[in-house]
Amino acid sequence: MADILVYAEQLKGKIKHVALEALGAATRLAKEGDQVAAVLIGDGLASQVAALTAGGAQKVYLAEDPELRAYSSEAYANIVVDVAKGMNASVILMGATAMGKDLGPKVAAKLASAFVGDCIGLDFQDNGCLVATRPMYAGKIISTVVSRHPEFQVATLRPNVFQASPPDASAEATIEHCSISTDFSSLKAKIKEVVATVASKVELTEAQIIVSGGRGLKAPENFKLIEELAEALGAAVGASRAAVDAGWKPHSYQVGLTGKTVSPLLYIACGISGAIQHQAGMSSAKYIVAINNDPNAPIFKIANYGIVGDLFQVLPILIEEIKKVRVG
Amino acid sequence: MNIAVCIKQVPATESKIKPAEDGLDIDRTGLSYVVNPYDEFGVEEALKIKEQVGEGKVTVISIGSDKTVEALRTCLAVGADEAIHIKDDALAKGDTYITALVLSVALKKGDYDIIFFGRQAIDDDSGAVGIQVAELMGLPHVAGINKFDLNAEGRTAIANRQIEGASEIVETSLPAIFTCQKELNEPRYASLPGIMKARQKPMTVWSLSDLELTAEDCGAEAAKVAIEKITSPPVREAGKKIEGDVPQAVAELVRLLREEAKVF
Ligand SMILES: Cc1cc2nc3c(=O)[nH]c(=O)nc-3n(C[C@H](O)[C@H](O)[C@H](O)COP(=O)(O)OP(=O)(O)OC[C@H]3O[C@@H](n4cnc5c(N)ncnc54)[C@H](O)[C@@H]3O)c2cc1C
Ligand SMILES: Nc1ncnc2c1ncn2[C@@H]1O[C@H](COP(=O)(O)O)[C@@H](O)[C@H]1O
Repeated sequence: MADILVYAEQLKGKIKHVALEALGAATRLAKEGDQVAAVLIGDGLASQVAALTAGGAQKVYLAEDPELRAYSSEAYANIVVDVAKGMNASVILMGATAMGKDLGPKVAAKLASAFVGDCIGLDFQDNGCLVATRPMYAGKIISTVVSRHPEFQVATLRPNVFQASPPDASAEATIEHCSISTDFSSLKAKIKEVVATVASKVELTEAQIIVSGGRGLKAPENFKLIEELAEALGAAVGASRAAVDAGWKPHSYQVGLTGKTVSPLLYIACGISGAIQHQAGMSSAKYIVAINNDPNAPIFKIANYGIVGDLFQVLPILIEEIKKVRVG
Repeated sequence: MNIAVCIKQVPATESKIKPAEDGLDIDRTGLSYVVNPYDEFGVEEALKIKEQVGEGKVTVISIGSDKTVEALRTCLAVGADEAIHIKDDALAKGDTYITALVLSVALKKGDYDIIFFGRQAIDDDSGAVGIQVAELMGLPHVAGINKFDLNAEGRTAIANRQIEGASEIVETSLPAIFTCQKELNEPRYASLPGIMKARQKPMTVWSLSDLELTAEDCGAEAAKVAIEKITSPPVREAGKKIEGDVPQAVAELVRLLREEAKVF
């Protein structure tokens, strides 16, 4: 028996896609008779249960309290641990998002369990031990790790890697309301405020398409070209470290070794040389497009398609072409 | 103010990394090593706090082989006051849980108000140890901070952490654990006098028995996960390079994206 619990992360009352991806992975991992359940934490979330049911959850644990509106590592981990123990889940999956990266190790430590972060592949051995593949050394190495702790195993999944199951509107799930054991007044760390940063509308790490700009843009105002192309594609905006260090974009836009790791379907690098540290953050994109006027730029070595040319000539035309395609 | 920083020695970021023949570890011939870049932010923040408060002690702690002494000395040279080196042959094949267990026992022996970690070690890229130590020590934590402020009495701290599209401002009582992200500060370099002075600073060496732990508690057998094999990622093949007339090149790119890649 390897019952699987998925932590269903939501943002502003909406289930994140990566949670559905985790449910998809869980459904494929589960053998005959194994249960796939989801735990949803927050407040006023009943309307979101249907999405989890359609995504493959046979049972949904709902933990609601006004105090749970803001994330708390301690309070959320307590709930996930209580549910996992209660249902005897041997595997706990969640997205490798800012929240999942915080919650996963915490839950694993509470359960003295195996922890595997940022997985890009998941499987089971016959003895119920999880086998996962994950990048190390900034993607220069792929490792296969085996859990030796089939009782409890926690894994975070890299967004955009696992397939969500096609939604099944006729699926049904039982709902269980969780009693909450945390005394909120005893929490030592508390979120005082969440300040929205002016980031692109689509979150970089979860975006299907990313348009990134580098030093080749020459000046901050030229990022307008990147933003227009992103807008036309419904994409997120990224930047190289050179562009971030120059102060053209905040660090939250940086892709690479010391920035974000992204795995989009399409990554368009404009005026980016493709240094190894930049590649570390984006080389797992399914398709890479490079626009660069230097035919010897390293980015062309990993790009599926590249235009050798001046981005100030290429981008305006590309934006127009994309607009035509997307409208038509 | 008593501050500890857990640091790890890792291969330099520009290193060419490939699997060793056994496929269980990387080929370490000719690699140069550095202090994990995210841990440097922790060292810098600790030194800044000590300067700001006007008193205190900064201790750097690392688990690793004999070579790890170099990384600890680097931290002493930039200004840390003392170093603790935990080394034991039994620790060679640990996972994040074992590392967290050993560090938590070592940290409990000190009386630290603030403990810094890196957001992640750039070799295993787990991003787990700091958070797990916090849990094992029963301390609050804030992970991935890019801003840190001590309140006036030094009993609480406010830290910012970046999440998707927003910044969380978290207040916590001390003692607490923080894992450091880029943007927190600009780590200083060691000065020549700093390097000279580092040689005189205390470097304590602990084995597992000094921590009242055994190889059974934290050897390879106790690890919750094991690496089965490591490989290089599939190499990306260079694709089509479109040169020449810009409007034609763009039209060709859009065609390829639609018809071949089918991305829209
Ligand atoms: C420890 C460490 C960590 C790092 N982490 C990161 C990281 O996380 N992310 C990251 O990106 N980098 C990182 N770097 C930096 C990295 O090594 C490169 O310096 C950086 O990626 C370069 O950014 P760039 O490609 O924008 O700039 P450049 O290397 O200057 O490249 C600019 C490119 O633009 C092209 N160009 C110029 N004009 C035009 C034009 N008119 N039209 C078209 N193309 C044009 C040029 O041919 C060139 O290829 C790190 C470095 C170190 C040492
Ligand atoms: N062997 C070690 N010795 C001391 N600190 C460590 C060690 N391994 C990891 N850490 C700390 O834990 C952080 C996260 O590491 P990881 O979870 O391995 O990505 C690092 O940035 C260090 O601060």
